[in-house]
Amino acid sequence: MEPTNTGAPLEGAERYRAGVLRYAQMGYWNPDYEPQDTDVLAVFRITPQDGVDPVEAAAAVAGESSTATWTVVWTDRLTAADTYRAKAYRVDPVPGTPGQFFAYIAYDLDLFEPGSIANLSASVIGNVFGFKPLKALRLEDMRLPVAYVKTFDGPPTGIIVERERLDKFGRPLLGATIKPKLGLSGRNYGRVMYEALKGGLDFTKDDENINSQPFMHWRDRFLFGIEAVNRAQAATGEVKGHYFNVTAGTMEDMYERAEFAKELGSIVVMIDLVIGYTAIQSMSKWARRNDMLLHLHRAGHSTYTRQKSHGMSFRVVSKWMRLAGVDHIHAGTVVGKLEGDPNSVQGFYNVLREEHNDVDLARGLFFEQDWGGLRKVMPVASGGIHAGQMHQLLGYLGDDTILQFGGGTIGHPMGIAAGATANRVALEAMVLARNEGRDIWTEGPQILADAARDCLPLRAALDTWGEVTFDYASTDTPDFVPTPTSA
Amino acid sequence: MRLTQGTFSFLPDLTDDQIRAQVEHCLAQGWAISLEHTDDPHPRNTYWEMYGPPMFDLRDAAGVMTDVAAARSRFPDRYLKLNAFDSSHGVESIRLSFIINRPRHEPGMALVRQEAAGRAIRYTTRTYATDRPEGERYT
Repeated sequence: MEPTNTGAPLEGAERYRAGVLRYAQMGYWNPDYEPQDTDVLAVFRITPQDGVDPVEAAAAVAGESSTATWTVVWTDRLTAADTYRAKAYRVDPVPGTPGQFFAYIAYDLDLFEPGSIANLSASVIGNVFGFKPLKALRLEDMRLPVAYVKTFDGPPTGIIVERERLDKFGRPLLGATIKPKLGLSGRNYGRVMYEALKGGLDFTKDDENINSQPFMHWRDRFLFGIEAVNRAQAATGEVKGHYFNVTAGTMEDMYERAEFAKELGSIVVMIDLVIGYTAIQSMSKWARRNDMLLHLHRAGHSTYTRQKSHGMSFRVVSKWMRLAGVDHIHAGTVVGKLEGDPNSVQGFYNVLREEHNDVDLARGLFFEQDWGGLRKVMPVASGGIHAGQMHQLLGYLGDDTILQFGGGTIGHPMGIAAGATANRVALEAMVLARNEGRDIWTEGPQILADAARDCLPLRAALDTWGEVTFDYASTDTPDFVPTPTSA
Repeated sequence: MRLTQGTFSFLPDLTDDQIRAQVEHCLAQGWAISLEHTDDPHPRNTYWEMYGPPMFDLRDAAGVMTDVAAARSRFPDRYLKLNAFDSSHGVESIRLSFIINRPRHEPGMALVRQEAAGRAIRYTTRTYATDRPEGERYT
């Protein structure tokens, strides 16, 4: 069904007569509306139920995510209702996907509390997602006006200051998640950290579900871990860090763990996305007060970001997390074991790292976005990556990223430190070659082979994993440039 | 030990040709080159001594290489690094930084532990080289 108009807006007594009207008639559809610079804009992918007109569905989304309820209420007339009513102003069919439409909606700035992701999300992904006339609904992208951006503190540290604190420039940072993720004692866990950091990684990391379990209470992990960090620092002369995951059941527990990490001298703490937007903003304020890097693991996001028909895009999560204020966020690898179409992932990275995003439909960016001087978030590439992919990782993701090789470090046949060294040598060789003007896309494997002549651990890594790829079709791809998908 | 600060410390020491290629890359980006030296390689030693201010107006790699040679011959037993500075808005920081000279012998660092309350330990990283006065550390 093509978009059609389902009724001109009504006015005055006719508009407010008790009863039920179409959302478009109630004023939630306005194709002539010119979005204001101060409006919050959203684009939703809507899949109306059979027989529901797409324009009426778009108007309903605008209504249910702003002022509307299912029937006319006269109390609207006690308010500046025309201002507070969100306006659907454009509906386009999704290319190549019958039955789905992109609906653009504008929200007045006064609808939102300053500096609160909880408030923003309660409106735009609140009740509306269960609305019966829609089969499915997905929040694809948002434009946050500068006036609103400026009400958020943003990342406590940001990419530039992080590099200055670490004294590490000109290359992606390297990390690894300690494996096995569950079961190690604190003492054994610290051993893995020490070997990986000494061997050449910049960071090691707790996994998302390492909190405080019977096999390793959090204080043991922190005490043994900080020994490993400091030993590695003295062994190499480099600043090293470990993302101590302070995720816990209550804010009080998280603050206690974060304070302990600070007392021990850690430069970074970690939280999981599942703690919720308000808890994330609280931890961001804590990190800012305590000069701490804040690492965010996006645990749980795939439950609502992965399928294209329903939920929300990770590019929206990325925007919200830059506002909420984290320094690192897992944002995909393109080549690793987890979901990630190259264009979509580059779109996430642009949202996190650029001062200003232009419209880039091929990468899923529907709106221009000015970040108003908000600091930049370091995207983390983690999950099924190894040294043999270094040219692709550097080519796709650039310098300002953290490449995390967990299995690709710890599973190395010559040991953990050798695994770390292999990754560091591969990375430095690739950066050197790229800066020399060589084409790393085509020459990458040769550059790695040449570097491996001086580095036995790299040779062993390439022999072990050189051919490993995760080549599956992505489910979450941008739709403006029609791409074949396996939806 | 081998100090692994800087972008390329895990590779064999760069040749002059390799350094020049990196300098050309930096100059092509519009970045300004500067050289810094120290005999105190502590990881938190932020302020190495400047070998002159950043060369904002020098756009010729050969000129940089002349400075590199002069700095090396003046401080053969010190750490020397080459920084590339990007003054563009939103960066205003170093974009590339790598070691181009290091002492023949690098004695490394000790980790000093102070036992504190509970099982906590306060750690101090101490460079062996700084046991000796400045200027005599690697002779």
